[in-house]
Amino acid sequence: MPPETALPETAPGRSHHDMGGVTQFLCAPIDKEHHELTRFDRQVDALRQVLAIHGLFSTDEMRRGIESLPAEVYDASSYYQRWLFSMVKVMLEKGVVTEDELRSALA
Amino acid sequence: MSFAPGTRVRVRDAWPELEGPAHIRTPHYVRGRTGTVLKRLGAFRNPEDLAFARPAATIPLYHVAFEQAEIWPENAPGDEFLIEIYEHWLEAA
Amino acid sequence: MNLAELDSDKLLAAFRGLLLSKGVLAEEELSRSSAAMDAASPARGAAVVAKAWVDADYRARLLDNATPAIEEMGIYLTGAPPLGVLENTPDVHNIIVCTLCSCYPRMLLGYPPLWYKSAGYRSRAVRDPRGLLREEWGTIIPAETKVRVLDSTADYRWMVLPRRPKGTEGWSEEKLAGLVRETDLIGVTVLPEAV
Repeated sequence: MPPETALPETAPGRSHHDMGGVTQFLCAPIDKEHHELTRFDRQVDALRQVLAIHGLFSTDEMRRGIESLPAEVYDASSYYQRWLFSMVKVMLEKGVVTEDELRSALA
Repeated sequence: MSFAPGTRVRVRDAWPELEGPAHIRTPHYVRGRTGTVLKRLGAFRNPEDLAFARPAATIPLYHVAFEQAEIWPENAPGDEFLIEIYEHWLEAA
Repeated sequence: MNLAELDSDKLLAAFRGLLLSKGVLAEEELSRSSAAMDAASPARGAAVVAKAWVDADYRARLLDNATPAIEEMGIYLTGAPPLGVLENTPDVHNIIVCTLCSCYPRMLLGYPPLWYKSAGYRSRAVRDPRGLLREEWGTIIPAETKVRVLDSTADYRWMVLPRRPKGTEGWSEEKLAGLVRETDLIGVTVLPEAV
């Protein structure tokens, strides 16, 4: 295929989340039903908002955290799971919570 | 450097993603493409730095229109994309 | 620590509990944020549209700078990104997508719907917008109308001002607002030409 007809998605630097026009997803089903948020979703959403208000977690940081997820995790996770993974990652980076604390809380 | 409405601009064909962790707001499909400035939308702190909690400069943001069919030839002629692009991604075409 | 391998419900409970027990944030703040989101809904967007339909000066202010125009209606968007409104006309039909994530005017319209966040919508809205609208929503945009796809990926959030159907002259704002759906405000559907 001559280069001028190569699809934009073939650029080697394209990240997984940069999905505009990507062939792989063109036929992905689009669920147009109304879905109420789950308790999980609402809790994650509220945490993000309050951490942002405290200046601990900007939209930019949240997006960067989501974008750093491996493609298979990105695709397999729900929207609010991605938010949670990003939020925990960035709070660990900043030392707002530590890995030890999180491990103990999970035990 | 500032772009008035109607100015033809080219989006840099840059791929910071290849150089390490990055947070980029310029969609892949307009990089290296030419469009037309519709208006200046104000100025915002550079998200590429904010994403890593680094000091961030305030950069003008423009609404830039692109011909869809120049990117994907099957799209209808005359249809357009309108995308917010930060000034450091743009050069005069 | 591989977060994705953990049970997400347990991870959330542990993380949320830690933030509360360490005093990083308080339960009341979380409730307040949820309540603020619950107050946002497509009905708010519909009310803004109805006012713009009946009041030409308001419409001009809304299109020029939407955030203060919306705040005139007592809907405060404090802390939210600036909002822009794009008007559908016989010449241009606007569709909003965020191909990079899911930017959505949530402080006005509420939580984004699931379809808006889907990979299918995010990819196809730019590659085949007319086909997407026709096949998923039955929306036909006439060939002579330009389709303008807004890829909303940066610092603004965007809403569409739909066209007012004919036959609604003299209607109250409340009755007009009742016509406007969430999908009209994102541009994947259009209101009937006339009612």
